Amino acid sequence: MLLLISIFVFSLSRASGDPRNLYLDEYATDEMYEAWGIKLGLDKPLYIQYLTWLRDVMRADFGESLYHNREPYDLIKERLPATVSLAAIAFCWAILVGVPLGVLSAVKRGTFVDYFARGFALLGQAMPVFWVALMSILIFSVELGWLPTSRKSGLDSYIMPALCLGWLPAAALLRITRGSMLEILDGEFIKLARAKGVSPIGVIWKHAFRNALIAPVTMAAIIIASFLTGTVVIEAVFAWPGLGGLSIDAIKNNDFPMMSAIILLFGVFYLAANMLVDLLYMVLDPRVRVE
Amino acid sequence: MINTSNILKPNYVVALEKSWYLFRKYPIIPLGVFFLLVFVAIFAPILAPLDPAQGSIRTRHIPPVWLEGGTAAHFFGTDSLGRDMLSRVIYGARIVVMVAVSVIFAGGIFGTIIGMFAGYLGGLVDEIAMRIVDLLLAMPFLLVALTVVIVFGQSLTQMIILLIIFSWDNFARVVRAESLRIKGDAYIDAARIAGASDIRIVFRHILPGVFGVVLIVASLRVGQLILIEATLSFLGAGLPKSVPAWGVMVADGQGWITTAWWIAAIPGIMIFAVVMSFNFLGDWMRDYFDPRLRQSA
Repeated sequence: MLLLISIFVFSLSRASGDPRNLYLDEYATDEMYEAWGIKLGLDKPLYIQYLTWLRDVMRADFGESLYHNREPYDLIKERLPATVSLAAIAFCWAILVGVPLGVLSAVKRGTFVDYFARGFALLGQAMPVFWVALMSILIFSVELGWLPTSRKSGLDSYIMPALCLGWLPAAALLRITRGSMLEILDGEFIKLARAKGVSPIGVIWKHAFRNALIAPVTMAAIIIASFLTGTVVIEAVFAWPGLGGLSIDAIKNNDFPMMSAIILLFGVFYLAANMLVDLLYMVLDPRVRVE
Repeated sequence: MINTSNILKPNYVVALEKSWYLFRKYPIIPLGVFFLLVFVAIFAPILAPLDPAQGSIRTRHIPPVWLEGGTAAHFFGTDSLGRDMLSRVIYGARIVVMVAVSVIFAGGIFGTIIGMFAGYLGGLVDEIAMRIVDLLLAMPFLLVALTVVIVFGQSLTQMIILLIIFSWDNFARVVRAESLRIKGDAYIDAARIAGASDIRIVFRHILPGVFGVVLIVASLRVGQLILIEATLSFLGAGLPKSVPAWGVMVADGQGWITTAWWIAAIPGIMIFAVVMSFNFLGDWMRDYFDPRLRQSA
């Protein structure tokens, strides 16, 4: 899997034309051109080029960033905490809001709570994230002056970016939790639990919820993947000093080594999230363990 | 049976109740938005009061008509280059329809064909097709799109192609599952015994069976597609600046958020309304035609 991603990134890097054009300007002489060709290993066949590139990448050596003139690895290490802390807060809020509201809206189906929860989900899934972010800056920073407009400073600077980033995942989680709760609550074993006198709260949280968890857990992996793109947008609007901002910079400045490093990192990240979910399945669903 | 409960109510109450019932049963407002969008997109040159690309520095930052200082000449006001917002919004509808229609059609057809063959033939074909689908899922789409823009520059066709590449997988997966189910039916065996070729079986006997699912997936995907297109355009990786796409317009307004908020707000509301309507329509179609898909899609 990772191999396929790496081949893709490599071929994109070659599809962009001669890599020398990225490094050298029009005043370069033919000799310089040839020298760079040998330095970059362009005189060798394509698969050798790929293998050398792969070897360098394994050592976290992506070549120097063209814009920052530094190693992408160091830059990423520097910027990573800002993005991870933001994504972690957004993830927590998505789970803390999405899952309980989903359960509540399934249990209290057709009531005000249900309509509120579904409205919340519908809005979250239909509003463009960048627009929500801009509008919240307009309302809470410009008009009311409650929160800082952008950039990372104190804890209050996290509020708006995290809320905006987490809304869409919260909506998705809510819908999927609601759906699977509704299905489970119809089950025979729920009737049995009710009949034998388990308290309503016990039925909902111990019997139904544990079984309804599988779908939202799968969703969680997709959410983590969606943060990869979500942070790019949010960081662009809020001028957040994280990986998203780094990739936007890379794009604006045609910084290919930087970009390929980020894409590979995100790919690894996504696969790791998927593996984690597979492990969680085993914990949640004994049937998977047996197989 | 005569409904006696209505006799005691005045006529207008009955009429209201009836229309409320219709509203709940059919997605009337989303359908309205949908038809309005298509109508506006088709007749944009006739409907737009002014040229969407023509601005003048003197008409810059005029607020919408309902605010102080707004004029009837510019219903939604003007942007930072003095261009008429209403005309730009109207032309933006064209872009939305163009992108949505072409991507859904191409992605849907391609994904359906791949999905049918993967499901029907199984084995190596299935394995390869599903691996590619997994690969696409593991790619951070936005970043790939941004990188492709670095490499090849930006244009409408390029963005449509990118979106097609990243939207067929959904169709392929659902269609594959459906084809697997149909494959077990007796009439497929009958067709095979009668000597039909694989290609004939797939297109004559499986295709009609998966058609419904394809429609539903398409309607569920449209909203997402429009959002992705808008996001790419907002980040400056989708459409060129000169095109009046709604995402580009929001990006234009970002710098003027404190002084002329409507430049960013209005196109955003348009995206929101359209995506919301499509989501509603998709959900409604799924529940109405095929509730089984609730979990998978």
